[in-house]
Amino acid sequence: MDRMKRVPVREQEPEARVHNFDEVCLGYNEEEAKEEAARCLNCKNPLCVSKCPVYIKIPEFIQHVKEGDFEEAARTIAKDNALPAICGRVCPQESQCEGKCILGIKGEPVSIGKLERFVADWSREHKVDLTQKEEGSGRKVAIIGSGPAGLTCAGDLAKKGYDVTIFEALHEPGGVLVYGIPEFRLPKDTVIRHEIENVKKLGVKIETDVIVGKTVTIDELFDEEGYEAAFIGSGAGLPKFMNIPGENANGVFSANEVLTRVNLMKAFREDYETPVKLGRKVAVVGGGNVAMDAARTALRLGSETHIVYRRSEEELPARVEEVQHAKEEGVIFNLLVNPVEILEDENGWVRGVRCIRMELGEPDESGRRRPVEVKGSEFDMDFDTVIMALGTSPNSLISSTTKGLETNKWRCIVADEQTGQTSREGIYAGGDAVTGAATVILAMEAGKKAAKAIDEYLTSGGKGSVKDQPGD
Amino acid sequence: MYRLLEKRLLATNIYYMKVEAPRIARSCLPGQFVIVKTDDKGERIPLTICDYDAQAGTIAIVFQTVGSSTYQMALLEEGNAFQDVVGPLGNPSDMTGEALEDLKKESILFIGGGVGTAPVYPQVKWLCEKGIASDVIIGARSKEQLILVEEMQKVAGNVYIATDDGTAGFHGMVTGRLKQLVQEEGKHYSKAIVIGPMPMMRAACQLTKELGIPTIVSINTIMVDGTGMCGACRVTVGGKVKFACVDGPEFDGHLLDFDEAIRRQGMYKTEEGRARLKELEREQGIQHSCGCGHGGDK
Repeated sequence: MDRMKRVPVREQEPEARVHNFDEVCLGYNEEEAKEEAARCLNCKNPLCVSKCPVYIKIPEFIQHVKEGDFEEAARTIAKDNALPAICGRVCPQESQCEGKCILGIKGEPVSIGKLERFVADWSREHKVDLTQKEEGSGRKVAIIGSGPAGLTCAGDLAKKGYDVTIFEALHEPGGVLVYGIPEFRLPKDTVIRHEIENVKKLGVKIETDVIVGKTVTIDELFDEEGYEAAFIGSGAGLPKFMNIPGENANGVFSANEVLTRVNLMKAFREDYETPVKLGRKVAVVGGGNVAMDAARTALRLGSETHIVYRRSEEELPARVEEVQHAKEEGVIFNLLVNPVEILEDENGWVRGVRCIRMELGEPDESGRRRPVEVKGSEFDMDFDTVIMALGTSPNSLISSTTKGLETNKWRCIVADEQTGQTSREGIYAGGDAVTGAATVILAMEAGKKAAKAIDEYLTSGGKGSVKDQPGD
Repeated sequence: MYRLLEKRLLATNIYYMKVEAPRIARSCLPGQFVIVKTDDKGERIPLTICDYDAQAGTIAIVFQTVGSSTYQMALLEEGNAFQDVVGPLGNPSDMTGEALEDLKKESILFIGGGVGTAPVYPQVKWLCEKGIASDVIIGARSKEQLILVEEMQKVAGNVYIATDDGTAGFHGMVTGRLKQLVQEEGKHYSKAIVIGPMPMMRAACQLTKELGIPTIVSINTIMVDGTGMCGACRVTVGGKVKFACVDGPEFDGHLLDFDEAIRRQGMYKTEEGRARLKELEREQGIQHSCGCGHGGDK
């Protein structure tokens, strides 16, 4: 065996997978996992762990895999990560754990993500019970949003014996894991449902169809329902548009709309009522993971699909693996191109996109080279559907109905990076609601930190204990 | 689950349902809406709230069967339950935020077209509870299609009826009745609130603009989540793009781009959809008429 080379992971062939919504990556089997695990150098000072937002004991779990003790591997991961089957699939490992792997200097880093995924899937299939719960106070904590931040925070607090209820605005728990990330990257009925069931097994209650800020306010939860602390993990749901002419034409959608219809409402299935309507030729504007998800979804619905992105391939914010998969499946990349106008037919439906060519100038604040328009280079492309995947921002349903909750100019909730503490006592926040759209694992990290801070806050007395009382 | 406590057929294909939804009943105000989902595989359907009772923990919705999802809803019987009812969504009517003494100086006219009469009711009732009597024009295609007339009479100052075929009240559209009220009967209104099918609202707004009456419309657009996530509900108001779900559903009727809104509303109307409707009509004897009081074909 060549230690410098990874054990390749099996995938559905591109020709087959563009016709279904089944998971693309098939994962390792036991033999492959053991073989890949054997590549790990088991470093004394593991740099991989230092780059994991939740500090999973990576070499330790990999050693268990190498020895074939998958249950122990699962227990090792579970100490730090409540959603390993999800992280193993959607974490940007190349810029985190795997990015620091010593083997990566001369060869290919250990496939930490694929190993994590293998262990999580194995423990699900073998019904390993990982729930460990302490006796606790039973004091009530409200979690707003059941995405990765909320689930993590809820799970950690329930383990410590708190009485935790998650309030979810949609009819199904999971947040972006359910409405955003497609089935072919993150299977809902097996992976997501199971991870949510695990959180419920810890005693966490989930109330769906509750929009905090509308159905009930945080202050009502505190004053009328006896909650003593709250964590806001409501994500970043508001889609951005370009504000160019023609954007309200029929056939222009946000990626959120298309993905929600397909993922949450299962519009791709005949037996579900919700429709999705994409044309023959679809343009997806943007270059992030959501753009890749939208493009690959459109492809599977039978459309010729193009990415339209204003910078070059090097600057694509999407994970390399996602770009690779999209290309294999036949998504066409139009780079250094930016839409300036959506063209409509006489009935107000999209008939094309007027674009302008771009070139890269000096680096901007993000460190990436700034795209600059090439004067006079406008040209038209034929499309009948345009999907805008330009990012999302938090909505203000909660901040506008919670007095004294500070937000910044992007409507993100202001919260302490280490604790998630907001400007209101007893209220913590984390994930995309604080940072703007980011990754699943960063949201989980924030949920974890906030759970610790909430535990400390309530243990030290709760309401009134952290601030000087008048007259003190 | 959200139990269906009472079901009534108000007119052909128009149903009234009282549903157990205690959290929503406690928090909602006139002008807001809910999204309901019948079962696992159903669509999320936005519907205006027709009435609510915080004490009893119930809300009432009124809807018309216009497609397969609303048809599925109509099959629910008392004792059955909706899988999901979420809300209240959207902003409450502007008037609920206004000072009472200012409101008392207004003379408000409501115009409800067809099933749009339902969301008018809680607003008129809210004003009535504050001691303010408002006038209401209820429009429908014919007498059989009129809804909530008696209920409205209990809470409104004057209720005027208009039917396209003249089988009840004024013979003609709601706009005709409004013109008559203002130009022939000397009525003066400082504000109009119009709710109904888009073509009817557009026509009413053209008239109120001529008559110089500031007008609010409440719109029901395509939407998925209802919390600002999907952007399907975007409309243009005074040149600016707004989301009906979080910025509305009420907008200035003189600034809303109706042509665009009507065009966008038809986005998912497909050949298959029309065929399916025809099939349902044949099978079930369900008529697809909108009865909006403006003779439009929604």
